[in-house]
Amino acid sequence: MSLIVTNNITKTYFLGEIDVPVLKGISLSIGRGEYVALMGASGSGKSTLMNILGCLDRPTDGKYFLDGQEVGHISGDKRALVRNRQIGFVFQSFNLLPRTSALDNVIMPLSYTAGTLSNREARRRGIEMLERVGLSDRMHHYPSQLSGGQQQRVAIARALINRPPVLFADEPTGNLDSRTSDEVMKMFSELNDDGITIILVTHALEVSQFAKRTVHIHDGMLVAGSYGGGGTAA
Amino acid sequence: MTLFSTILVALKALRRNPTRALLTTLGIVIGIAAVITMMEIGKGSSTSIRNSIEKMGVNTVVIMPGAPRHGGISQGMGSQMSLTPEDCEAIARECVHVTEAVPVIGAKGSQLIFGNTNWIPNQIVGTSPEFLNIRNWDVEEGRNFTRRELDSRARVCLVGQTIVREVFKGKSPIDSEIRIKNTGFKVIGVLKAKGANMMGSDEDDVVIAPWTTVRLRLTGLKTGTATNTTSTAATSPGALYPGTGVAFYPEQSDTLSTDTLLVPKFTHVDQIMVMATSPEKVNEAINELTTLLRERHRLGPGDADDFWIRNAAEFMKTLSSTSAIMTNLLLVVALISLLVGGVGIMNIMLVSVTERTREIGLRMAVGARSRDILQQFLVESIILCLVGGIVGILLGHGAALLVNMKLGWPIETSTEAIIAAVGVSAVVGIVFGFYPAWKASRLDPIDSLRYE
Repeated sequence: MSLIVTNNITKTYFLGEIDVPVLKGISLSIGRGEYVALMGASGSGKSTLMNILGCLDRPTDGKYFLDGQEVGHISGDKRALVRNRQIGFVFQSFNLLPRTSALDNVIMPLSYTAGTLSNREARRRGIEMLERVGLSDRMHHYPSQLSGGQQQRVAIARALINRPPVLFADEPTGNLDSRTSDEVMKMFSELNDDGITIILVTHALEVSQFAKRTVHIHDGMLVAGSYGGGGTAA
Repeated sequence: MTLFSTILVALKALRRNPTRALLTTLGIVIGIAAVITMMEIGKGSSTSIRNSIEKMGVNTVVIMPGAPRHGGISQGMGSQMSLTPEDCEAIARECVHVTEAVPVIGAKGSQLIFGNTNWIPNQIVGTSPEFLNIRNWDVEEGRNFTRRELDSRARVCLVGQTIVREVFKGKSPIDSEIRIKNTGFKVIGVLKAKGANMMGSDEDDVVIAPWTTVRLRLTGLKTGTATNTTSTAATSPGALYPGTGVAFYPEQSDTLSTDTLLVPKFTHVDQIMVMATSPEKVNEAINELTTLLRERHRLGPGDADDFWIRNAAEFMKTLSSTSAIMTNLLLVVALISLLVGGVGIMNIMLVSVTERTREIGLRMAVGARSRDILQQFLVESIILCLVGGIVGILLGHGAALLVNMKLGWPIETSTEAIIAAVGVSAVVGIVFGFYPAWKASRLDPIDSLRYE
């Protein structure tokens, strides 16, 4: 069964008297373990789609099933829980807490997990995650003492701390130079090899080529031929 | 999110900007410090008032002439000289709960001259020998005056320590002669030091002499004042107090009266000081005194008392309530400064929420619910206020100690004030932290993540 299934999702912003339709009926299915690049020009609605898929936003209409559970129309607190347990986020601008050690940044989401682990257990898991992204020697460094690539890897470790089945990456290489970009993209590929579903939002062709499947979105609609089961070249 | 981890997160957040945290909480620190200092000084002063009254003797009762009403208008206290030496004798004779009763006449403001030194004593008291028993005052050197000296209007006096120090430059004044209003008084005794009384005036700056002498030589005869129509209408004291049945003035020829100093039959005293048998019997003594004086002054059932009876307990109540009013007033000022401190907290918390919009968005993205964010900011402001409160308590206590050391004001540590201060600062934290925290919890995670 597919991990993510959307059924004719629409999103319309109501700005005063004008209705701005951003998503005009998107039906998409992403299986477990897929590596999908979501591409589109700016203003095409790809960020909005990602926000909805990431449970940050709710669709105006249509159904969204994450792991078999309808999450498109549940309360804010429940969506927070879903974000905490089932979704990991990596942002363009890293969004690490300043003056907070890498380790503390990584274990931060655990404090919002119901039935919190003991502090020691949390730190042990945080160290494990930092090892996985190859930063075990930097865990007591502040973000300001880390390079951009290292910061993004800390952010990836943070996204993985609750072992979510799906990882959303919004322009993860947008603030990085090409060498560190490759580093980060290789990391995503490794994670995908470990079985984590990755959804990558980008407008850069070379980044999207790391993905096994590319979905194009244009003007709030999926471009024909780019969805479905098989990976389609751009 | 557990409360413990919330507190940890809040502490970490505050540690990220310690200078700002310190400045934010300064308002609370100052407010709480002011409250604690006020409370400690206020409590200390009311305790010291109580102690000094107890030292003065709680079984002392003072009777003063009252404010008579004439045609429904109060004439003001002292406008009628209603107390007589005979009243005093009758009290001592007839009241069973009274051990001593002495008349007191004041001759304030008279100048004392010794050698080339001039001095205006705080008080010149004319009284009976028993006065020292009632005031619980001992003679340090020399002796008290006797009843015989009282009856003979002897020109003798006792002086207090301040007089010895200032007028006699510390030398023994016994057998020296001082002059007050051109009357020579022989110093026969020196009183022990008593210090300041509860009003703060120096009790050792005193000359005590037989009241008969003071009345004859210093104050002259006092009858009712001219404003009091009843007493001017009845200039003869015999008419005022028909019950006494004695002639107040000896028969005198005109020559005699011009040649000799008028020796009046002393008709009025300023106060009567009474000592009850024990502090518990004070109320019985007051009842007896009231009955006796009303009878002696021929007051009917409907008439108001023409005298006032004050006892130490009443003084205590008045003074304590005065100091309580002052304390409360200052407390209100201190509370206002707390309020200002609270507004300061709110202001900085709002800035902090704006500044940390991205952090809030991130926390929401990784699973924080609105209520977690609310809790986090609320706990932050409560911690700020509580830490401010604790620092304020220490600072306030320190300030009170400093006042105690430098100015010698009595202080007393007040546990209630400390508990109240902690409570108030927590409440300030909740009240003024709530709006910023609520604002933070209402933020939209998508907008917050993009916030620059």
